[in-house]
Amino acid sequence: MPAVPETVDRVRQIDVDQYKYGFVTDIESEKAPKGLNEDTVRFISAKKNEPQWMLDWRLEAFRRWQTMREPTWARVHYPKIDYQDAYYYAAPKAFKAPKSLADVDPELLRTYEKLGIPLKEQEILAGVRKQGEPSQLDGDMMEGMRSSGRVAVDAVFDSVSVATTFKEELKRAGVIFMPISEAIQEHPELIKKYLGSVVPTSDNFFATLNSAVFSDGSFVYVPKGVRCPMELSTYFRINEQNTGQFERTLIIADAGAYVSYLEGCTAPMRDENQLHAAVVELVALDDAEIKYSTVQNWYPGDADGKGGIFNFVTKRGDCRGKNSKISWTQVETGSAITWKYPSCILRGDNSRGEFYSIAISNGYQQVDSGTKMIHLGKNTVSRIISKGISAGKSQNTYRGLVTAHRRATGARNFTNCDSLLIGDKCGAHTVPYMEAKNSSAVFEHEASTSKISEDMLFYCQSRGMSAEEATALVVNGFVKDVLQQLPMEFAVEAQKLISISLEGSVG
Amino acid sequence: MSLLEIKNLHVEIEDEGKKILNGLTLTIEKGQVAAIMGPNGSGKSTLAYVLAGRPGYAVTEGDILLDGESILDMAPNERAAKGVFLAFQYPVEVPGVATMTFLRTALNAQRKLRGEGEISTPEFLKLVRAEAGDLGINQDMLRRGVNVGFSGGEKKRAEILQMAILQPRIAVLDETDSGLDIDALRIVSEGVNRLRSPERSMIVITHYQRLLNYIVPDVVHVLAKGRVVRTGGKELALELEAKGYAQYTDEAA
Ligand SMILES: Nc1ncnc2c1ncn2[C@@H]1O[C@H](COP(=O)(O)OP(=O)(O)OP(=O)(O)O)[C@@H](O)[C@H]1O
Ligand SMILES: [Mg+2]
Repeated sequence: MPAVPETVDRVRQIDVDQYKYGFVTDIESEKAPKGLNEDTVRFISAKKNEPQWMLDWRLEAFRRWQTMREPTWARVHYPKIDYQDAYYYAAPKAFKAPKSLADVDPELLRTYEKLGIPLKEQEILAGVRKQGEPSQLDGDMMEGMRSSGRVAVDAVFDSVSVATTFKEELKRAGVIFMPISEAIQEHPELIKKYLGSVVPTSDNFFATLNSAVFSDGSFVYVPKGVRCPMELSTYFRINEQNTGQFERTLIIADAGAYVSYLEGCTAPMRDENQLHAAVVELVALDDAEIKYSTVQNWYPGDADGKGGIFNFVTKRGDCRGKNSKISWTQVETGSAITWKYPSCILRGDNSRGEFYSIAISNGYQQVDSGTKMIHLGKNTVSRIISKGISAGKSQNTYRGLVTAHRRATGARNFTNCDSLLIGDKCGAHTVPYMEAKNSSAVFEHEASTSKISEDMLFYCQSRGMSAEEATALVVNGFVKDVLQQLPMEFAVEAQKLISISLEGSVG
Repeated sequence: MSLLEIKNLHVEIEDEGKKILNGLTLTIEKGQVAAIMGPNGSGKSTLAYVLAGRPGYAVTEGDILLDGESILDMAPNERAAKGVFLAFQYPVEVPGVATMTFLRTALNAQRKLRGEGEISTPEFLKLVRAEAGDLGINQDMLRRGVNVGFSGGEKKRAEILQMAILQPRIAVLDETDSGLDIDALRIVSEGVNRLRSPERSMIVITHYQRLLNYIVPDVVHVLAKGRVVRTGGKELALELEAKGYAQYTDEAA
């Protein structure tokens, strides 16, 4: 498949522990005063011109948060986070929500260009068409991957959304896709109804913190019976120093609607750790389907484990209606610490939840990720495919929970969890919990841990591949089942990322 | 100059210090097809692996020269780019990587090391289709993971396909005939014979004289206890078939 040689080129071009997206954009920014108290929350709310009900919602969350403790059950170790020693709001100075792309600061446009995220609509068209052109060879690796037409992008820079593309065309289809800060102003009835309805403000330490101080994020509403005409995408970028990023995403697919949503993220290389605590809520009503894909590439820290993003994220989907479906696909390559369990509540009868994950750790990265499938409705089905790859001195844990409620007659789950170890200083751990309160539930679990075999590497090398090319090929084979779940453009990108992440893992 | 010269080669298993090859000397001329026969455990596969550069073996004495240049310090992929190919006695499975992808990645990697450009997609597809067709390998096998779920005979055929695509200058076929049924033996032999050329040499390791009826060697070497103990023409294979290896294992002792 064509991406592999390309990947190797890329890998050669970069030195060990050189993170490609590690540059800083020189742009003046306006921050909230350092630290966290009720005034910080009021400051953020005021900056956003929020109505009183929104401020009250935030304050309630903040008061709740003050009584909570940081969770310690995950298999990750990190120095104590001083929540008072950070900024909770940063926005490019003189920032006013741009009316159109022409109003966006050229420095920001250049940043996204450098990141490979084209914001100009015509460029998206051109770019995607070129990428999506199926090579005849793609057949073997990319079989089953969908090639999307176009992608609408919402770009979030530090605390604010700087641009949303394709707004007009989406509007004609009746799809609402805008920064959540705008949705609070323009669609308060939808926000009031759905915000916090999947992840309540009291849910967990990080989600509660997010509820108090979230600054922006994306909002999507797809009305009854509408199939969203293009992929929607948000691109998150942390630029400021000492700044946490707390974005909030809310996606609602009304009865019979369909939407596919992509999320990407990067951050500059910095010596200190930065906190990222996002919340994503998905709601699928009767017969609706939401497909949510993430390629997470936050700065992982340097070769000695210094710096990197602490990624504490709560993602949950509610299959609220009958026959609804939510599918999470994630490729996790970045962050110093990952704490993330995209989950599904299978409330509607016959609803379906899926979780496909590739989690790669190298260097000193620590990943504790997995999913929860909560079967509440009858004949609900869930499927979990997790591929963990550990290299360097990293630790990679899969943590999963599958439960069937008393009335979840006919619930079914299939879990497959494979771990691949590269080298002998890293670790892979699998922590599956299963609990069926309904005797008709059928849960199947498969797990394997393997070391990348010397024989396999030598076989590839004897055919002309270097150790790195061979590793990339073997790993791409290992994660194939999950890569196939991603939209084509993302899959190619993800594949490159995987190889880059494993740079320096073979000697 | 001979294409390949193996001079007084002494090889041990790295960690155990167990000695496998004991002063093996062998010369392969350009365009020559040499058969190597010998009892189980005499070091045939070890020789093949050492030629290809597999880690885990220590060369304690002697040298291997390709076009007069020592290859001992070269990585396996560099040797491959210089034209060394090994058809494995036990081909390795690479799950999730389609044979097509594998072949293209390998070919382009070699071309890059040689400073050549990548092969174009249509050219590559044409090449694979033609060779696969001749070897009776269907499209389904090309799409499946490398060697995954292939029968023993299919694996051997796939090795010959790889050889045909990679066009080596010196190919070592390690028991490519074992596990093949009568028809497959003919198909594989024809595949190998198609690749015979004045520019390409082959080392055919086998236990059975039968293969040599199809792939007629220029020379037959007998390997015992880690060294070449006798060299002769193709009739030597017939003699071995009749008499076995007893005299050589005693001689070498
Ligand atoms: N990694 C290893 N560790 C220990 N002993 C080894 C190793 N590899 C090979 N040997 C030993 O070296 C000797 C030669 O093995 P080799 O596989 O080269 O023989 P062969 O001539 O190919 O045999 P066959 O005809 O059975 O294929 C055998 O005694 C074998 O057990
Ligand atoms: Mg052998």
